[in-house]
Parts: sequence; C-alpha cells; structure tokens
Amino acid sequence: MPKREDIKKILIIGAGPIIISQACEFDYSGTQACKALKEEGYEVILINSNPATIMTDPETADRVYIEPVTPETVIKVIEKERPDALLPTLGGQTGLNTAIEAAKTGILKKYNVEMIGASEDAINKAEDRELFRDAMNRIGLRIPKSGFATNMREVEDVSRRIGFPLIVRPSFTLGGTGGGVAYNSEELARLSKAGLDASLITQVMLEESVLGWKEYELEVMRDHADNVVIICSIENVDAMGVHTGDSVTVAPAQTLSDKEYQNLRDASIAIMREIGVDTGGSNVQFAINPENGDMIVVEMNPRVSRSSALASKATGFPIAKIAAKLAVGFTLDEIPNDITGETLACFEPSIDYCVVKIPRWTFEKFPETDDILTTAMKSVGETMSIGRTFKEAFQKGLRSLEIGRAGFGGDGKDPLPGSVAGNELEYKLSTPNSKRLFYLKYALEHGMPITMIYEITGIDPWFLNQMKQIVDLEKQIKLAGKDLPQDLFEKAKKYGFSDKQIAYLTNLTDKQIEKARKDLGIVPVYKLVDTCAAEFRAATPYYYSTYETECEARVSDNKKVIILGGGPNRIGQGIEFDYCCVHASFALKEEGVESIMVNSNPETVSTDYDTSDKLYFEPLTREDVLHIVEKEKPYGVIVQFGGQTPLNLASDLQKAGVPIIGTSPESIDRAEDRDLFQAMLDKLKLRQPENGIAFSYEEAKKVARDIGYPVMVRPSFVLGGRAMKIVYDENDLEEYFDLAVKASPDKPVLIDKFLEEAFELDVDVISDGRKTVIGGMMEHIEEAGIHSGDSACVLPPYSISQNHIDEMADAARAIARELNVKGLMNIQFGIMNDTVYIIEVNPRASRTIPFVSKAIGVPLAKLATKVMLGKTLDELGVTKEVIPPYYCVKEAVMPFDRFDKVDPVLGPEMKSTGEVMGIDKDLGAAVAKSQIAAGQRLPTDGTVFISVQDKDKLAALPVAKNFHEMGFTIMATKGTSLFLKGHDVPTKLVKKVSAGRPHVVDAVKNNEVQLILNTGASSQTKQDGYEIRRAAIKYKIPYATTTDGAKAICSAIQALKKEGLCVKPIQDYHQENKHV
Amino acid sequence: MKALLALEDGRFFHCRSFTGPGVARGEVVFNTSMTGYQEILTDPSYFGQMVTMTYPLIGNYGVCPEDIESDRIQVAGFIVKEYQDFPSNFRSKGTLADYLIKGHVLGIEDLDTRALVRHIRKFGAMRAVISTSDLDPDSLVEKAKKIPSMQGNDLVGNVTTKKPYFWKYNQPDYIGTGKLNDPLIWRFKGKKYSVVALDFGLKYNIIRNLEKAGCEVLVVPAKTNAATIKHLNPDGIFLSNGPGDPEPVTYAVDTIKELLGFVPIFGICLGMQLLGIAMGGKTMKIKFGHRGGNQPVKNLLTNKVEITSQNHGFAVDLNTIGKGNSVMTHINLNENSLEGLKNDAIKAFAVQYHPEASPGPHDAAYLFNQFAKVIKDAKA
Repeated sequence: MPKREDIKKILIIGAGPIIISQACEFDYSGTQACKALKEEGYEVILINSNPATIMTDPETADRVYIEPVTPETVIKVIEKERPDALLPTLGGQTGLNTAIEAAKTGILKKYNVEMIGASEDAINKAEDRELFRDAMNRIGLRIPKSGFATNMREVEDVSRRIGFPLIVRPSFTLGGTGGGVAYNSEELARLSKAGLDASLITQVMLEESVLGWKEYELEVMRDHADNVVIICSIENVDAMGVHTGDSVTVAPAQTLSDKEYQNLRDASIAIMREIGVDTGGSNVQFAINPENGDMIVVEMNPRVSRSSALASKATGFPIAKIAAKLAVGFTLDEIPNDITGETLACFEPSIDYCVVKIPRWTFEKFPETDDILTTAMKSVGETMSIGRTFKEAFQKGLRSLEIGRAGFGGDGKDPLPGSVAGNELEYKLSTPNSKRLFYLKYALEHGMPITMIYEITGIDPWFLNQMKQIVDLEKQIKLAGKDLPQDLFEKAKKYGFSDKQIAYLTNLTDKQIEKARKDLGIVPVYKLVDTCAAEFRAATPYYYSTYETECEARVSDNKKVIILGGGPNRIGQGIEFDYCCVHASFALKEEGVESIMVNSNPETVSTDYDTSDKLYFEPLTREDVLHIVEKEKPYGVIVQFGGQTPLNLASDLQKAGVPIIGTSPESIDRAEDRDLFQAMLDKLKLRQPENGIAFSYEEAKKVARDIGYPVMVRPSFVLGGRAMKIVYDENDLEEYFDLAVKASPDKPVLIDKFLEEAFELDVDVISDGRKTVIGGMMEHIEEAGIHSGDSACVLPPYSISQNHIDEMADAARAIARELNVKGLMNIQFGIMNDTVYIIEVNPRASRTIPFVSKAIGVPLAKLATKVMLGKTLDELGVTKEVIPPYYCVKEAVMPFDRFDKVDPVLGPEMKSTGEVMGIDKDLGAAVAKSQIAAGQRLPTDGTVFISVQDKDKLAALPVAKNFHEMGFTIMATKGTSLFLKGHDVPTKLVKKVSAGRPHVVDAVKNNEVQLILNTGASSQTKQDGYEIRRAAIKYKIPYATTTDGAKAICSAIQALKKEGLCVKPIQDYHQENKHV
Repeated sequence: MKALLALEDGRFFHCRSFTGPGVARGEVVFNTSMTGYQEILTDPSYFGQMVTMTYPLIGNYGVCPEDIESDRIQVAGFIVKEYQDFPSNFRSKGTLADYLIKGHVLGIEDLDTRALVRHIRKFGAMRAVISTSDLDPDSLVEKAKKIPSMQGNDLVGNVTTKKPYFWKYNQPDYIGTGKLNDPLIWRFKGKKYSVVALDFGLKYNIIRNLEKAGCEVLVVPAKTNAATIKHLNPDGIFLSNGPGDPEPVTYAVDTIKELLGFVPIFGICLGMQLLGIAMGGKTMKIKFGHRGGNQPVKNLLTNKVEITSQNHGFAVDLNTIGKGNSVMTHINLNENSLEGLKNDAIKAFAVQYHPEASPGPHDAAYLFNQFAKVIKDAKA
C-alpha cells in the first residue's frame, strides 16, 4: 500500500537533552525520520529542547519548536499547529512518555490527532510490567518472576516468593535509576528503600535475577501488512546484571546455533504481533540460560532505541528512516534498500564482519561514586568498531575509546603481567566495572584458566578465548622483538594490533614500526558495509578497514575534504561537535566538494551513511586516519570541528604531510601553549588573569602567594576542566596538589588567579583570517569559576555594559587576526572590577556553536567550512553580528541522579551531559523554559528553602525578598534566617542536618519544600549542604547552588506566575532577526 | 597447514587448512546465512560444491548431532575466513574441525572470503580445487578446469537414499526395498496422511515438518517408479530438494509426469524444478545462485512477505510455465524470479525456496500445513 494521503501534517517529539541512557542516537533517528517524512511531502512539526541536534535545525523540519519536551508543550503545539498525526516512537523514552501523557489529557481526541507508529495501547502493553507479563504468557513466553511493592513489608513478602538474588527496579524512573541487585536481605532493604525513594510513585518492582545468563537483543521491524523482519541480532559480552547500555556488545550474535537463533527470531515476531506494534522498529531483549538454553524475555521497547541506532550502523539498514516510512503507510516491500539500490528494505541484513560496541564511562569525573556497573546505566557514550574478526574489531574499539589505550593492552599502560592478582583481581572480575576488560587481560596473563574466569564473570568462554588469543599473540610479538617476521606482523595486524602496541612490544618507535610495516607491504584495505554480505553490488560507500587482500574503496579524482569526527561521547565532548561535523559535510556538498567523514561513534548523525559522500567508520588515531588520507589523498582535512580528539591529532597529521585546512595547527598551538599564548596577549595588549606554573607543591605555594588567593589550579592540557579546582588557601592547595601530581606525575600544574564573582562570557566568532564577525556573545548566569559547559548562559548578554561588549568584540577580532583564524574561534572572557580578562581562547568550533547558530539563525559551522575552502566572509554575506530581539538561554543538564554520593555542586570541572535551550522575548520566560526543559519542576507557590554562606547573604537578599513578595514561604537555617529577618524577610526556622531532627532534609522528604537555594562548599557547611543537595536530587526538587542561579530561577518563576509560557517555532524567531 | 584455492578462471587464494592435509574439488558457491553451518554442511543439495560462508567467524558454537540434515557431510569443501576452535554452546558436542576431519572434508581459513564472494558474484559460481600439497597456482587452476561441470550432470544418484525409510525417534528407520511392494506398509494409515517422499537429496527437517503437519512420511529412493508409488496408495507425494541440474534427472521427470493428478503433490527446490519440467516447463542455471537465509519472497495469494531460506543454482523459467492451470504463487522480491507455483487442477504446488528452513527463518513453515490441507480436501 502506498503512503497515506489522509495525513498531511505530522508532529514528532524529540528526546530533549542528552542524558545518560538517552544520547545523540535519538538525534540520529529523529533526523532520519524528519528527512524521510519531508521527502514524502509531509509537513513535519518537531518539538525538541536540545539545540545541539541536527534535528532542531530549521531545515530538518518545517516547524521546529525548541521548547521543553513536556505534555504542556505538546498540547500547546497541537492547539497551534493542528497536526493530523503524532509519531511518538522516535524520541526515546522521553518522547514516548511525553506522548502518552499528552494523550491521557484527551488532546489527541479533541483535535483528532492520530497516534501513528505505535498506538497508546501497544505502548502501554510493552511498558507496563503486568500487561507485558500477561501478553508474554498468552504467547507462551516467560518473563522473570516479579512483583511490586510500595513499602518495606511488601518488599519482604514479594522477595520471599522470588528468592535471592533478585533485582530491585524502582518504577517510573528513567534507565533504571536507583535499581540494583540484592544478594541478601540487608542489601534488599537498602536498595528497596533507595528505590522507593527514587520512584515517582513510591513503588519498586522486585524481579527474579537471571544474573549470569547470556543476554541478547534483536532489532525487529514490522509494517502494517504484518510483514516482520529482523534487522540485527546483538550479543552482550557482559552477562545479565549489567545494563545493556553498559555492556560490551557484539553483532551479530556469536554463540547461538541456528536452532537457538531462530527461536529468538520466532519469539521476537510473536512479541511484535502480540504487543501490537503496528509499524516501525522495536527492540526485544532476551536472557538465555547458558546451562540449558532456557529463554526469558527481559523487555521490549516499542520504539527506536540506542540499540536500533547501533544496529543501523552495524548493518547499514536505516531503521529510523524505514520506521518513519512504515508509519505513514508504506510496507517494507515498497521501500528500496538505499545501500544496494537494487533490492528492497524487506529483507534481513547479512553481515560479513564483526561489530563490537564498547561503552565509554566517566567515573573519573565522579570520584565519590564507586566504579561499579549494575542494572542502572552509567556510561555516557560508546564507540563501535568493525573488523573481519572479533579480535580486530575489539582492539579497534578499545583504541577508539579515547581513554589513552592503543588496544587490548600491550601499550605500556598496564601494570606488569602477573602483578595484579589475588583478591583485587577476583574482585575486579566478579564486580562489573569500567575497567573490567583490562582485568580480564590481567587474569589471562596471570594464567587464570578460562573456565575460572567464566565462572567468576559470566562472560562467555568464546569471548574469553578471543581475548586469550590476543594476549597469546602479544607474547609472541614480544618474544620476536625487533625481528618480527612478516607472517607474525601480518597476523598482529589481523588481530587488530595498532602500530603503537607493536612498537611498545618490540621496543621500537611508532615510526619505525610504521616504516617496517609499509616496507613489508602490510597496509589495510577497506571493505564495504553493504547489508548483504557482498551478494549484491553496494551503491553506498560506507567503509571499514581490515587487513585482507582486496580493497573496495572507490577513490575518485574529485576535490575532496576529510572531516574528522569526535569519537565517543563523553562529558566535555558531546553531540555539539558532531553537529559541527555534520554541518561541515553539508557545506562541502553545497560547494560541490566530496565529503568524507571519519568517526567511531555509532550514535551520531555524522555516521549516518547518507550524511557525507563517504563514511569511514574508523578509530580516530593517527595511524587509522593516516591510512585513510593515504588512500583518499584529500584536498584538505578538517580538524577543528570534532572537539579535542581530532585537534590532538592535528600537529601529528601535519607533520606527516596531511593538509590541514582552516586555522593552522601552529595557531592552535599558540592558543594552547601557555607561553606562546601569554606572548600573543602581551603583543595585543590584552589581559589574562595573573598566572604561573608549578612542578612541585613548593613552587605552587610560591606562585599562589604571589598571585594571591583564591586561585584556580589545573593540570596542563585537560579536557572539560578535568581535575580543575578553585583553591582558597594553602591547606586546600596542598591537598589538591597531592592529588593532581599523583594524577599526572610528569605534567605541571597551572595556577591562575581566580576571578571571584566576576561575570563570565563565552564569545563565538567566525573569521576568514582578515575579517571577523561575532557569532554570539553569551553571558553566563553563574559567576566565573563554574565550567562554561555547566553554566547556564544567555544570548544576548543582559547585564553587561556596552563598553565591555565593545572591548570584548575588539579583543576577539584582534586575536582572530593575530592567529589568522580561518573558521571558528571561541573566547572566554571574565569581567571583574570593570576589567575585561581573557580566560581562554579556543581556535576551533566550541560547544556553544549549535546553540549560537540556533539563536541567531546563522549556520556558523557551515559558513566556517566554506571559509576553510577559501571563501571570504564578504562573499558568504556574513557581514555583521546578529543580535536577536529575544533571549536565548542555554542550560546544562547534569547526571547527578545517576551517581550515588556525588555532591551536586557546580565547579570548574565539567559534569553535565547535555543542554537545553529556552527562547522567549522575556528573559524570565526564557529562563523558565530552559529550567523546565532541563527537568526542573519550577513551583509557583509553596516554600523556598534558603541556606547560603555568609559571603552570599547580601546577594541572596533580593532573591529572598522577591520570593516573599510572590507569596512563597521562606524556610531558612539559623544564620540565614537571622540575616533575612534582620532585613525584614519573615522566615520559618528549620534545623540544619547537623543540628538534630526534624531537620531540613526531613522537610524535603515530607514534601514541605518546593525549591532549594543552597550555596557553599566551605568545609564546615559542606556535609550539611551535601545532604540537602542530594535530597533535592532524589526528590527532584529544583535547586540552585549559586546566588546567580537562584536569581535566574526567581525571574523564571516570576515569568511563570505572570503568564503561561508561549510556544513559537524557531523559524518564526529567525524571521524576527531579519527585521532587526 | 598451508593450502591453496584455485578457481577455473585463474584466480587463486592462499589459505590454511584447519582440517589437516587434503584435496577438495567442486563448484565454489557462497552462503550468506550467519548461523547454521552444520545444517549447510549436511544439506545434500550442496553435494559437489565447496561452500564459502560469508560470515567470517565459523565454528563458534561447535557441532551438535541434532542439527544434521542428512546422514553425512555433503559439501566437497568448506571455506571460512576464521575458523573458531573454541566452541561455546550448551548443546555443543565437539569442534567443527574434528567433525570435518571425521567426515573427510577439507576446511580452509585465512583467506579474503569477501573477495572470493565478490568474484563469484561478478563471474558466477565456478569450479575450483583446494590442495594442501599442490601449492602451485598454475597447476591447480589446470586441475580446476578438468572438474566436470554441474550443468548437465545428474548428481541425485550420489545422495538419494539406498533404502526406503520411515522417520522414527528423529532419525531414519530403514526398511527393506522389497517392502515397497506392500500397500499395508503404512504404520499410521488413517491416523496420519501417508506421504511418499521422493528423495533427490532430502533434508531431514522436511520430514520433521511434514510429520509435524500430521503426515507419515515414507522416504523412497529417487529411482522408485510411478507404479510402485501408486501401488503404495499414498495420500500425497512429496518431491524433495537435491543437488545440481534438474535437466539430466530424466527418470524423476518421467516418474512425476505419471504421478501428476494422482494424489496431491508438494515440491521443494529441485522438487519444484522437476515438477516444472514434468509440467512442460524449462529450467536454467542462474549466475551465482541464491544461498542464504534472508531472501524476501512474496506470497501472491496473501500478499505477505516471507523471509526465506534458499539454496539453488538452477531455476524454473517463468516464461515456460504459466500456461493452462499453472499459476505463479510466490515471487522473489529482489529480482522478481519465480519462487512458487501451483496447479489446482492436479493439486500440485511447489516452492523454489526452503520452507523447512534449517538453517533459516521459519516464515514459510505454513506450507507443510497447507500440504496437509490439500491432502485432506482431496480425500474429502
């Protein structure tokens, strides 16, 4: 059946900000869906609060509402747009939940909006545990025994029925927050209490543990004619008990015979039909008992998912795109397979390579949290790698991770073989953690038998054997040393060893190995990802490298440019950089230049096979990138869009003769090298905060004394403010310095004067080397000292005087000129005591580029690409700064609810995973939108709890007054209360946590507090404040940890009280810019 | 152990044997199923062929006695990218290498199988030799050229059962050939549909499926004549899959011609080709065949798509049938080729693909029930 003609306008709900368990895979799927529907002539309306997405580009959908993803927004947009249909299955769990909540209000019925893709019934059947169990029973499938409990007595009853170990899952949280495995009643009590607390409806589900069972996923698609196909099977390396998002996974399944695989396939199809997913993609998870093959259905997601994005990249089958087409009435046999061009989407991909996904964790950012993996997801990103063998893909994946590893060890980063043993080894094996893969290696090196490792870890012996083969070959390489024979060399490359590893193992340099290898003619070839294992000719050039004989790369004579992507998402480097890379690709297309993307992140739009002319799914290392460059011989390589990853490669690549286009690596160095930077600022007569460098504590003490406290200290060359800290006195310094030096023994510590209570601004500019135009100036809401990635900011600035604005613009232009910036540059300014300071200069695309581009309606990354190709800004029509007649607020979204025990205060080290944008004519309303979009439930009445440090009291006073005037009750602890009363603000006194009960945390738990303002981390108040802030997170009560943040929330609440929030598409906002 | 694979057109691949020394010769084909190597190895339709698995890692789950499709390994040689000597599966009873060695079949690895597959895709399935002793490409290519061609060669005689058998305890229960003269041979007459299966290279899973659909299957040698079959008074006749070119299997065509219209007939793969010829159609060799578990086939009667298991290098020419009462029932969506036909007048139907799967998806298993229903209706 062809597409439906009775539908014209379709509303799509996006996933909102990047959070753990919901990352840029939903930008990838959402963008695909929007494009597919527009291609079919539908008018597409989109709601998504995440400005860093390609999805929210004004070109992706006809009307893009960058508004909070909430039922209220959906209702307002439906009232305004009157769509014919709502497609809820492309925006992750958030999109799905929001759609269901909106549907419950009756809005869909009222305006005759049809839910397409999956009906409300089907979604409920899949999401509600009881309905799901009944459904599975009807088709003869088993799910784990389970029961619900709403209090501790029920917990006990249910647990007795199920037995230990069992899994505690709080109901109604995202991604299993607060869940875990209980092996005994003590753990059960602890987890259940936490779970009941975390659950929005005070309910936990206790579930039979299938711990140690093997875990599989199948990606399924169904059309409305009931044709069902399996796109991909995925096997988890980690056994059940580790969230699939935290598991190393492999496609296709490796250890199933056809009989068992077909059982899973039959079950998946039966589940699709029973749940009643009308059209689209779903994901079904199974657990298989390794002893006897018993099968249990773990869950099914009636929507596209992280796994479906992975499956799409692993097979070349665009699940989201096809899902969108199926939703509007096409059947699978009516849709062509883009990759082959000659077959149809109605088939099951066959792959002739092995795909490995490895999660990327950032426990180092949350040292208070134990590095333990459970059923609650904690990774922030992932890499995917493709090889002709598991060993090759596995090692490629490990070197893609951006954790400084060159593969599965063998790179000099591990302790001596055999030195990790005994209890430590066993603990690290038995307790899943982010470093377990390497402990598997230590165990193998230690001679632990595979059967024993299997017993301890539950990791299938097949995988362990693969790892053992790598370890064994490593020994052989080491033994052969400098005289590595050709066949062993070749074998090493086939096993995925990088030159770096081989160099380390043979005691040679990387360069020597590279040369020796090339002399022997050992170079990689590129194979196609073609969905069909070479049965048909493939039209789409999607490649991976391997060491075989036949190379399939079709190298053209066109002018071409390689874009280096950002690799796995991690805190500090996320979707924003992928956005820029994708725009670079778009720009190349517009300029008629062949675009070649290199990246290893399966979640992204950049690794969609039709984003660029060619896609190389490869690790972003010098070796891997050079191979591609040698093959393709591009006109230029773009390194300034993918964040720190490609930037770190820039000078190595240049030294190897690779043409880097845009700002030169020398200029990048001048901005990053401290001495060069200082010299440049001196030359330009610009000021930076006083600073110094120290290689020891003694030196640091001296430098800090000279500069004067407070100072900001950090190790040199870090990303995302890693290990950066504000130090107020010598004691602090000593404590910090110990840790920092321990962290990086041969790297100095940088010490800067901390601009206390300064205004901070981010400025993004575009320059062609001669002319520089300000893209946007963003005033941070939080004062200096909060990492710019974690700070909320406003464009245009709202409290900065014109002379400072002009001064900053002049400085930016001077620096751009001096560095001969060709492309983008970001500068962070601080303003203290009427003086403008340069805090940092980054001559590359910054995290704020997508936000600024959305705010001003100018695609900066695209234009910058054209500049790199040689166009001038005048030619491109970029002549002056756009200052919008409305406010755009960017707010960071924090992962604190995922990490136990972490103090959720903001600081110089970046911790946020994502961002949202609020736009409105009124600043307060824009702030309100950003807060709501970030998940803060802003109250319009009730009680505000205020507890601030002495130094913040004056600043907090007007905020308190405002809340009081708005009719809020002010609750305060003794010091703050006395102060406020002294200034005529009536308060209700409450005890500090340390002052006995009932105290403020009791009040929070009893729902007596609706908003929390709590500053300060000085050591006395630290513990008290910590308890309050953790309680705020647990009970999802909005909180501010800075007085500026509090002011912003106050203005937001004022705006909310004055009038409700309006919704308006970004296209309309951009129109307003044209009339300025 | 070093080995060399040489194709008749001069292309050769250095590789390694994982089953010790040996020589293998046959037609090189490829299969795109990612699982099910043991079923493939034992599928009689592969007789005389050396199968290349497109999935690179083979041997992962070992071998299991329950997964056989005939009483021995049928392929002439087995070609994989990386053999896995450490099987892991709860049903596994041994390694693939040991299994091949026991079956005297050469297995090779460590060659660019994707390059080989692409070569076959471009230039068609071709004759080849693998050797661990003769590592001279020129000499081996010459040997490859001397292998008899598949086309025009009757391979059925090599794989058909010597003795008739029933299916008992998930394995053949052989009976004396003389028993075929006895119409009372059926053990469940009246309770189950009596089906005579002409064995041209029958896969066990077809019998399992027929039995599950309520049939009692008596498997008979390919050369069993029509009179014998008629005398057995079956309720239905099944024409099995099998290797190679249908054209030279003239005796089977003659038998089938005589059986048309006698009782309902169901054919699979070679069975369909033989039925097609018997009904007046023609067959042809296709370039590199369909071998895998992901071919989309549309049932034109229900408009539903089945993902099917396939294994054939010859096909019925669509243009040569379709006359009279024969209609096309199934079509391959990748290339619009004929996948199924029926003739209601003589109650015969057949499919080119493998509804018994094994390996492959079970989407088309309904055809066995359909056969049972045709028999039931015919008896009514």
